[in-house]
Amino acid sequence: MDAMTAKGKGTPSLEDLAGQALDLARRQGASAAEVNAGLGHGFSVTVRKGEVETVEHHRDKSLSVTVFFGDRSGSASTSDFRTQALSEAVVAACAIARHTAADPYNGLADPAHLAREIPDLDLHHPWPLSVEEAIVLAKRCEDAAFAADPRIRNSEGASVTTHDGVDVYATSHGFLGTVRASRHGVSCAVLGEDGQGGMQRDYEYAAVRDPRDLPDVEEVGRGAARRTARRLGARQIKTCQVPVLFEAPVARSLVSHLVSAISGPSLYRRSSFLVDSVGTALFPAWTHLYEEPHRKKAMGSAPFDGEGVETRYRDLVTDGVLRRYCLDSYSARKLGLVTTGNAGGVHNLIVASGTEDLAGLLRQMGRGLFVTELIGFGINHVTGDYSRGAAGFWVEDGQLAYPVEEITIAANLRDMYKGLVAVGRDVDTRRNICTGSWLLERMTVAGG
Amino acid sequence: MTTETLHSRNLERARESLLAPAGIGAGELDQVMGRMLGHQVDYADLYFQYSRQESWSLEEGQVKSGSRHIEQGVGVRAIAGEKTGFAYSDEIVLPALLDAATAARAIARGGREQTAALAARDGRALSLYEPSDPLLSLEDAAKVALLERVEQEARRLDPRVKQVMASLGGSQETVLVLRSDGVMAADVRPLVRLNVTVIVEQDGRREQGTAGGGARTDYGYFLAEDRALSYAREAVRQALVNLAASPAPAGTMQVVLGPGWPGILLHEAIGHGLEGDFNRKGTSAFAGRLGEKIAAETCTVVDDGTLAGRRGSLNVDDEGTPTQNTVLIERGILRGYIQDRMNARLMGMAPTGNGRRESYAHIPMPRMTNTYMLAGQTPPEEIIASVKKGLYAVNFGGGQVDITSGKFVFSASEAYLIENGRIGRPVRGATIIGNGPDVLKRVAMVGNDLALDTGVGTCGKDGQSVPVGVGQPTLRIDGMTVGGTEE
Repeated sequence: MDAMTAKGKGTPSLEDLAGQALDLARRQGASAAEVNAGLGHGFSVTVRKGEVETVEHHRDKSLSVTVFFGDRSGSASTSDFRTQALSEAVVAACAIARHTAADPYNGLADPAHLAREIPDLDLHHPWPLSVEEAIVLAKRCEDAAFAADPRIRNSEGASVTTHDGVDVYATSHGFLGTVRASRHGVSCAVLGEDGQGGMQRDYEYAAVRDPRDLPDVEEVGRGAARRTARRLGARQIKTCQVPVLFEAPVARSLVSHLVSAISGPSLYRRSSFLVDSVGTALFPAWTHLYEEPHRKKAMGSAPFDGEGVETRYRDLVTDGVLRRYCLDSYSARKLGLVTTGNAGGVHNLIVASGTEDLAGLLRQMGRGLFVTELIGFGINHVTGDYSRGAAGFWVEDGQLAYPVEEITIAANLRDMYKGLVAVGRDVDTRRNICTGSWLLERMTVAGG
Repeated sequence: MTTETLHSRNLERARESLLAPAGIGAGELDQVMGRMLGHQVDYADLYFQYSRQESWSLEEGQVKSGSRHIEQGVGVRAIAGEKTGFAYSDEIVLPALLDAATAARAIARGGREQTAALAARDGRALSLYEPSDPLLSLEDAAKVALLERVEQEARRLDPRVKQVMASLGGSQETVLVLRSDGVMAADVRPLVRLNVTVIVEQDGRREQGTAGGGARTDYGYFLAEDRALSYAREAVRQALVNLAASPAPAGTMQVVLGPGWPGILLHEAIGHGLEGDFNRKGTSAFAGRLGEKIAAETCTVVDDGTLAGRRGSLNVDDEGTPTQNTVLIERGILRGYIQDRMNARLMGMAPTGNGRRESYAHIPMPRMTNTYMLAGQTPPEEIIASVKKGLYAVNFGGGQVDITSGKFVFSASEAYLIENGRIGRPVRGATIIGNGPDVLKRVAMVGNDLALDTGVGTCGKDGQSVPVGVGQPTLRIDGMTVGGTEE
């Protein structure tokens, strides 16, 4: 590994490189500029059926620069950090800015909104792991999956990955922020056979900042086996309208459709089903969504946003009412609003949990569909029409009755949000959006 | 230009731009290969790449942003049995190559450094496109003007057009592959793409329409045959159709798929499940079914990387294998898989020129090129006329498949009801779901109107994106599940 990560003596720091690029932009006549530079390294190993399948070493490097000539802008990026390549990138960005239209909303973030202090969010925990040790962990993970259930006969493998990176954002108006962060993960995907020629696959994974927070790799393997085995023997159901319970990992996608619909570009282009919806009750009155960007060690934490704007606790939905949009400086100016620190997206968007765990939500639903997987892209963000392929379980008397596949579920997102019945306390924290399972009043299920 | 001249010219150009600046010649390449070819390494390759890409985008009548990206690097891979070791470097210099080789060959134990003398020889490659440079094929001002014309055309067509988003993108990649069997191959790959999305509004209701196209050539493609403006017209037409659409039905019914882009059905339902890696590992619903009848006798499906200028075509794949026209299903019988070198070798089959990778920083996998069904006999009007009650789907957004269960979905972006043999009212929000190994058995009629898509497909697998093409004639499929909201 060392061979792939060691930097030569006298290699300039990322901060120096960002400074060089800003300097070059100024010398090219740019009135303002911003630079993102990133450097990362890591590796991943995959073990399949007890044998090493792949060992991949990663090393990412990139620098992107946006230059402004008054209200015109241009961007360029390069993976080559040598002075000549940086200079070429800056020149390319400037060349583009000569042809783009003047846009009065262009420009860097308002200095008043920039992060003044950069809090340590405890995101950087390198994993002193050798490839050999990672292979042992992946083997143990997959072995546990095979041992968990005799119907698990095949595997796509178990993987262990580790990544360590540093990102720098610098602007010509004096912002310089550096974030060091690590990401580590264990995942396992296995196949089961139902004895009738049918196969199913499912997976489990863990993702953390600090390797000490990883669960036992065997637990990940057993989870994959459990998720796969319970799908065996799946069948279609008849077309019907029923309550639908989205398991937490797929409920997250409903939140990301919301985020996309209330993000700046969708709004000023009026290409969202949620234009002009701030102040309206999108959800039932008990619903609370908030952003908590400074949560220690969390996957979505960030001390500042993609433009250096301060991130902090911000409510998104309270009492079921949408309180704000998700904006960067450009879209905020266009909409006559103020940036919400969402350049680059949301940072730990959390859906406040209710009191029930998953079993409680199943009981509350009684009879209906429990969705554990979604496939396809059937979401129209302009109208909110939603129709996706699904797999999961038919639920009777609050219990899983049998696995279900080859069905679609459809409704309009507006009605889905309005028809939210409960959010579980089975919160999935492995990503940037954290939520428990969602019970929805009713959707159309299409089947045989 | 003959194939030989193009390939030798591409090889020379690749050596000059990728190897010469770092002073890497035959001796250095032997040294890097030698580091990997220990006793247990069966195969190794080096993949050098230099790419330049740009994009320009228009919204609200103005081209407000543009970007350029330059990237280069080398990927180093060593294979021992079913094990793959992989490392890459974004600096093409000998020490970095040697480091990457050391990291990659670590998967094979007990190996000993060898002195490789590869006696590298030029491989074979096709001649499907010129090594043109899209970025230089038009002045920057003309690229901006092209997008502005597209926008004006869309707005001119209908006052209900409220927003036009248009983007123009181009790239040129130079790649050089050196394999441990001594074969060296190169390719210079241009790719262009133009996309238009319009938002229309009437009585407070909004809808969108999207159209576009692309090819392995330069931007002149969009100026020829009125293409750019035709995309604008198509996007507006689609958006207005959707403005008048009512909710789609839900349930099982006869479905007629239009020609061209609806071939995404074949890509999702069949193509992925026939990729060599999934079949070698037995994780595909199609595993072990070669020679079996998996489709109606009227169905013949191929994966063809040899179509001139198409988005999914390649002169040579990313492992130095020339692309080919591979028969996947012949008159309903499963005949072949989509193979890269590793999976072909492990399965005792021949590679099919489908070893592809997103970039030097990604491991090659078996991937589709242009996947389509050959034309049948029936005029499309007859197919429509044969349906008493069903769905006619002519345009689609994306699709996805679970290759293990075989279940796939794809979502219609333009669809109509068919009633008593006639195309009726438009419907929105129709997602179609089916079972790959079984869907082509339900093909009842195959049209005589084979068409390929306009060059818009991008396929994702294991986090890697590559450009692909699809196509098909009009098809009638009986008993498909349509997921709308109306019972």
